[in-house]
Amino acid sequence: MKCRVCREPAVIDIRRHNANFCSDHFLRLVRDQTTKAIDEFQMIRPGERVLVAVSGGKDSLALWDVLNELGYEADGLYIGLGIGGYSDRSGEMTRAFAADRGLTLHEVDLRAEYDTDVPTAAKATRRVPCSACGMSKRHLFDQAALDGGYDAVATGHNLDDEAAVLFGNTLRWQTEYLARQLPVLPARPGFPRKIKPLVRLGEREMAAYCVLRGIDYIVEECPMAVGNKHLGYKEALNAIEATSPGSKHDFYFGFLARAAERFRDAAPAALESGDLATCERCGSPSTSEVCAFCRLIERSAGHEPVTLTRKGKPL
Amino acid sequence: MKVNLRNPTRTIEVEGPMSIVALLRRLDLNRESVLVIRDGTLVPGDALLEDNAEVEIRPVISGGST
Ligand code: SF4
Ligand SMILES: [Zn+2]
Ligand SMILES: [Zn+2]
Repeated sequence: MKCRVCREPAVIDIRRHNANFCSDHFLRLVRDQTTKAIDEFQMIRPGERVLVAVSGGKDSLALWDVLNELGYEADGLYIGLGIGGYSDRSGEMTRAFAADRGLTLHEVDLRAEYDTDVPTAAKATRRVPCSACGMSKRHLFDQAALDGGYDAVATGHNLDDEAAVLFGNTLRWQTEYLARQLPVLPARPGFPRKIKPLVRLGEREMAAYCVLRGIDYIVEECPMAVGNKHLGYKEALNAIEATSPGSKHDFYFGFLARAAERFRDAAPAALESGDLATCERCGSPSTSEVCAFCRLIERSAGHEPVTLTRKGKPL
Repeated sequence: MKVNLRNPTRTIEVEGPMSIVALLRRLDLNRESVLVIRDGTLVPGDALLEDNAEVEIRPVISGGST
């Protein structure tokens, strides 16, 4: 196996590019693909400040690293979700990463600041944990970005993530989600711009980037993710990819180029026009008097914390 | 050879020498979903692993829905 660029021994093959790369040229490919996505979708303009949503996982730490390598002004925000030992360990890895590189890391801790956590809030509101978690993260990232004067919130969603979400939304023709599944969501009153600079890169490439850059990330899975549909969609797409490399890319970028536009009218009208009320608790834009996040907190704060265990041992 | 697997963390013994492709096939793993790591760097797919080798096979698929 030889590097496509320099013919030196390669360390990784990327089948959808039908090419192998040495370490240096692979790292360059990751930076180039990130730049290409940023430029193509006008994600960041010169002089803008970016807030990176960091979880301690491979994608978000790699994204933070790449943006800094590319010279962007990018700070991190880590949210303490209170998911047992998993959250403790991912927080430690994120802090170590930031400290090693001298990067600015902000933190919000659900337990310390709102007297709840994801497992407890999910139980108290009978929501699926990932739904309570995702909604809380979106709310807290938006708020932190606006408070901190950031122009955009960047998340580590990669090609596999986007293809899997698209697959799920298409299976059920969830047109209102399809309307909003874009690599950039422009800023609206009360919401910062949302950008996904890793959409041109696969999940395996992001893990490889971390290994080659010596980034220590959390490899263990969030215990709440077990058995969720998203993983099944990824496996299904990877089975197709194995016999037909490039399928995930074609599926997602074909959607952006030829289909996304057709769903635009399906986006909820209030969101599109920015015609929203203001949450009376936190001041965020909301479709009701009290926003979904504040209702979640109201219904779960002070509840007996849920302890996560497996085979009788705390996780 | 020693093969370290993750999620959950465990170690298995596989008789070498063996190519990466054969090892992954033996373990019924899709090459799209894992990386093979040795001494902190990636092992290319065409490498031959000696019987005294120690490698990590790391899954790269994560399941968070947001
Ligand atoms: S897997 Fe679900 S609960 Fe865990 S961090 Fe991701 S969204 Fe939150
Ligand atoms: Zn090279
Ligand atoms: Zn609110």
